[in-house]
Amino acid sequence: MRRALGLPPLMLLSGCSGVQAMSEGAGFGSHQFNQLMLLFLVVTGLSFLLVLAFLALAVAGRRNEAGEPRLRIWLIGWTGFILIGLLILTIASFISDRRESRQGAEQTPLKVTVSANQWWWDVTYQNDDPTRIMHTANELHLPAGQPVQIKLGSGDVIHSLWVPALAGKQDLIPGRENDIRIVPTRIGHYRGQCAEFCGLQHAHMAFDVTVESPQAFAAWYQAQLNPAREPTDPGVKAGHDWFMSHACSNCHAIQGTPANGHTGPDLTHVASRATIAAGTLPMSRGNLMGWIANPQGVKPGAHMPAVGMSPDELHAVASYLETLR
Amino acid sequence: MHARFALLSGLLVLAACRQSDRSQTTDAHAEGSSGGAILSAPQQGDYSTSAFHIGEGQRLYAWMNCAGCHGPHGGGGMGPSFMDGQWRYGSSMAEIVRTIDGGRPNGMPSFHNRLTGQQMWQLAAYVRSLSGLAPNDVVPSRAEDVSTKAPMTQRAPDKPAKPGEAY
Amino acid sequence: MTASDHSEDEPRDGPELDGDELDLVLSQTWGDKPGLWGWLCTVDHKKVGKRYIVTAMIFMALGGVLALMMRLQLARPDSGLISADRYNQIFTMHGTTMMFLFAVPVMEAFGVYLVPLMVGTRAISFPRLNAFSYWLYLAGGVMLWIAFVRDVGPDIGWFAYTPLSGPAYSPGKRADFWAQMITFTEVAALAVAVELVATILKQRAPGMRLDRIPLFVWSMLVTAFMVIFSMPAVTLASSFLLSDRLVGTQFYNGTEGGSALLWQHLFWFFGHPEVYIIFLPGLGFVSAITETFCKRPIFAYPVMVAALVTTGLLAFGLWVHHMFATGLPRLGYAFFTAASMSIAVPSGVQIFCWIATIWDSRPRLEIPMWWVIGFIITFVIGGLTGVMVASVPLDLELHDTYFVVAHFHYTLIGGAVFPLLGAITYWFPKITGRMMGRPLGIAAFVLVFFGFHLTFMTMHFTGLMGMPRRVYTYPAGLGWDALNMTSTIGAFILASGVLVFVVNIIWSLRRGVPAGDNPWGAASLEWATTSPPRPYNFAHIPAVTSHTPLWEETLPVFSGLRVKERELVLTTVVDAVPDLRDPSPRPSIWPLLSALATTGMFIWSIFSPWALVWGAIPIAIAMTLWFWPKEPPEPEKEPVIE
Repeated sequence: MRRALGLPPLMLLSGCSGVQAMSEGAGFGSHQFNQLMLLFLVVTGLSFLLVLAFLALAVAGRRNEAGEPRLRIWLIGWTGFILIGLLILTIASFISDRRESRQGAEQTPLKVTVSANQWWWDVTYQNDDPTRIMHTANELHLPAGQPVQIKLGSGDVIHSLWVPALAGKQDLIPGRENDIRIVPTRIGHYRGQCAEFCGLQHAHMAFDVTVESPQAFAAWYQAQLNPAREPTDPGVKAGHDWFMSHACSNCHAIQGTPANGHTGPDLTHVASRATIAAGTLPMSRGNLMGWIANPQGVKPGAHMPAVGMSPDELHAVASYLETLR
Repeated sequence: MHARFALLSGLLVLAACRQSDRSQTTDAHAEGSSGGAILSAPQQGDYSTSAFHIGEGQRLYAWMNCAGCHGPHGGGGMGPSFMDGQWRYGSSMAEIVRTIDGGRPNGMPSFHNRLTGQQMWQLAAYVRSLSGLAPNDVVPSRAEDVSTKAPMTQRAPDKPAKPGEAY
Repeated sequence: MTASDHSEDEPRDGPELDGDELDLVLSQTWGDKPGLWGWLCTVDHKKVGKRYIVTAMIFMALGGVLALMMRLQLARPDSGLISADRYNQIFTMHGTTMMFLFAVPVMEAFGVYLVPLMVGTRAISFPRLNAFSYWLYLAGGVMLWIAFVRDVGPDIGWFAYTPLSGPAYSPGKRADFWAQMITFTEVAALAVAVELVATILKQRAPGMRLDRIPLFVWSMLVTAFMVIFSMPAVTLASSFLLSDRLVGTQFYNGTEGGSALLWQHLFWFFGHPEVYIIFLPGLGFVSAITETFCKRPIFAYPVMVAALVTTGLLAFGLWVHHMFATGLPRLGYAFFTAASMSIAVPSGVQIFCWIATIWDSRPRLEIPMWWVIGFIITFVIGGLTGVMVASVPLDLELHDTYFVVAHFHYTLIGGAVFPLLGAITYWFPKITGRMMGRPLGIAAFVLVFFGFHLTFMTMHFTGLMGMPRRVYTYPAGLGWDALNMTSTIGAFILASGVLVFVVNIIWSLRRGVPAGDNPWGAASLEWATTSPPRPYNFAHIPAVTSHTPLWEETLPVFSGLRVKERELVLTTVVDAVPDLRDPSPRPSIWPLLSALATTGMFIWSIFSPWALVWGAIPIAIAMTLWFWPKEPPEPEKEPVIE
């Protein structure tokens, strides 16, 4: 009931929802946020209206003969109102925080490690069974209803992991291990973005978040564990060979191939992702080619260099990458 | 008042002749299908005195695991030290790029096709700076990891090893 | 009042020497030599204060132009108008210029100009230090802007978090120019703070007890103490950063025992009081203006003073609210939430008191009062969104989004700039001798007020829709496009309002209606002298019997101060009983030369640590000559001052 009351005014206020909007309330954290925000809006809104009314009446020229004593009483009342209001808000805030930290505490969380680098996200799904540890990049798939505990580290400067539709943010600080727990509740596609200025391409450091049913998640996870398919088509094989013998394999890893670089995103299943270049471009053949041919045109300052290739080589590599589903 | 207007217009004039401290890495060196590095880059001066490119070189030094042979911060190990002012093949940028591109006898691998031309120039600029060959105001004083040597901004070349002395 | 003069023919002000004759002598004693030399050597707090104001307003205009460039870039998604590197420099320079080169200096500038006049003295304490501080501030600002124009401007954000601003991730000298600018402006701010404290505590007019000081003077006193306690933290932080970058120390390097978070603690320990340093003088402006145009003292003066002091104290206990996302212990966060909420109490109480003052009077709605009303509406909104971001669960979503950008612009522009524009309008007659034009004043207010709200109210929603801060562009389709375009339109309206305000100033300087001594009928002492004030401020030092001296029947004055020497009356701290006579320094070129030497050392130290050694020599020489002892005054019997 409270939720029904809470969302419409907030939706009204925020105009509309969006994949990166807090009002989505698709996770327990953002849901708590919306409820708490509503309470804050009510209390602060009331205060503001009181101030406006008092100001309007004062400016309109209300004079009071027995002014001072009454005003003194009102001052005490106003101070009391502020104190009580702040107390309510502080306590509500505290309760909300505790509730969020307790949500899903009894469930076994999914464990993920995220290491942020300029300007992409290195994601590792942990598992007690070492053969089921899975690497991906710039995306998160999460099963609805299960909390995910994310360990946060940084390879260079301070970043911040933030999926507004699901929960609040937490910084990734080099030299510190932070963590964040998110409890996604509603299935859908959302967008996260780095929320701490981290250099030239901070604006293009986003990631896709897919919240799906536990079955769909398990299927996705299984597919991700598979190494890359061996290419059979000669055009695709040309691309594979070019990739392995040139600069690409220095930085990128593709499971099941000689490419074992870790300074760039893991590309084993790159074609299954919704976006490339950390949320900068939608995944498509054209965009892949544009990105590889001229990374500096898409994301000036990115650490991916422009590797000189002829058009044929570019087509071959793109064809190969497209098979990495 | 007048002095201030004069100052402001002077500033605007200066704007016309600004030197770029950091050049956007938009130049994709046309390397052709052989992927050869550009050895005769006219912008050589730009790289060896550019803080941005030396910084990129520092990053690449870590990413390409040059430290594995040359030691962290270039102190030497299996490979020669970069800090002693001794250059087997000369200290010019072009020679260093040639080393990276083609490899050298006794263990230096070739990075031909493994690095782009620009990356090689950036590494060369960094490696030279380890020997104190870059001006002090473009060199990063330290990296954000364990320090084993004096800060680069305070560095003069180490004394070269005498013949027969181990590293 | 008579003065009995027991010494030889040492002329003093009093019944024997009054009127035009007195003005002639005092002007010679307290005036500057004509021409450029006099301009460079002046230690007159009014001249230095005017310089500070003009320079700060120029920086505000420059910072505003940067903001317009940012808004142009963000008006459309995926815009290619400004490159990423350039945009990062622009938003860094916008924040840095506004916070360090405009907001704090302009508030200090008004303090430097007005405080000696308001407390009824002839000069600020330490006038040569005052001049020195201005030159240093100017040098720091010019250095930073030249660096920006030459593409060596900082691009790390105005709060420059490490390790991004450290040696590994900010190559070159960009961050060093930023960090050294902090040293320049911090030394200047500290100098002015010290002068203000000494002036306010020791140079008040006889009879001006602590409970009779104007509220603006109280706000400057609290601000000055905040500067003294907070500025060293940021200088320490920036010096550590310069040291890491120049000589490879490890302060911010976690692998060698330092900490990236150390920067944040040091910076925000300064950074939070900084915003109150900017805000409190604004509150002082509001009190001064409201009192005058309601023709009555502010309601509940002791409560107002207590609120100012409480705000100043509490401001030091909030800084971790900028770090709620960094993963510090939750229990600590709870403390900072409570503290951040509690600072709303004194501000809320003050809002009540101003409105109560208006309520219990017949307010004259001159232009400065419009700005006060605009302030109340705007600042309260900003304060209330501040209460929201003080809550940890809310802040974890809102931190580093456009919601926070909206919040701090509401509090800074609403809480400091609106009162500032009102203050300029209010004190323009005193400073220049002319009134500001009314029609242009109305137009400026309307444009600024509506332009501001259009720009920044929209940003609350932009933030709620998930747009983070400090992004040079954003993709289409996230629902941010129309919101950003709206903010851009609002920004241009706001800018046009500021332009109209500036045009009004320029026009009024030549064509404004001449103002008398006290065109508004105000109560405080600065209105007891000519407009603009003479170099010596007051022909006779006033004595004060109430909180509103000019609204009393008469304004008694003291006489007996020397007129051929620069001389002040010092009074006791609490009760302002006349205590000592104190000489005041004559104009001197040494503050400028010392500032040049200091500038040289500071800039050189960006490039070499040896600057600290060799660069200290010219500074030592200049300061030695500055402080070279003067001849003691001739011994004579003490005159009686009645």
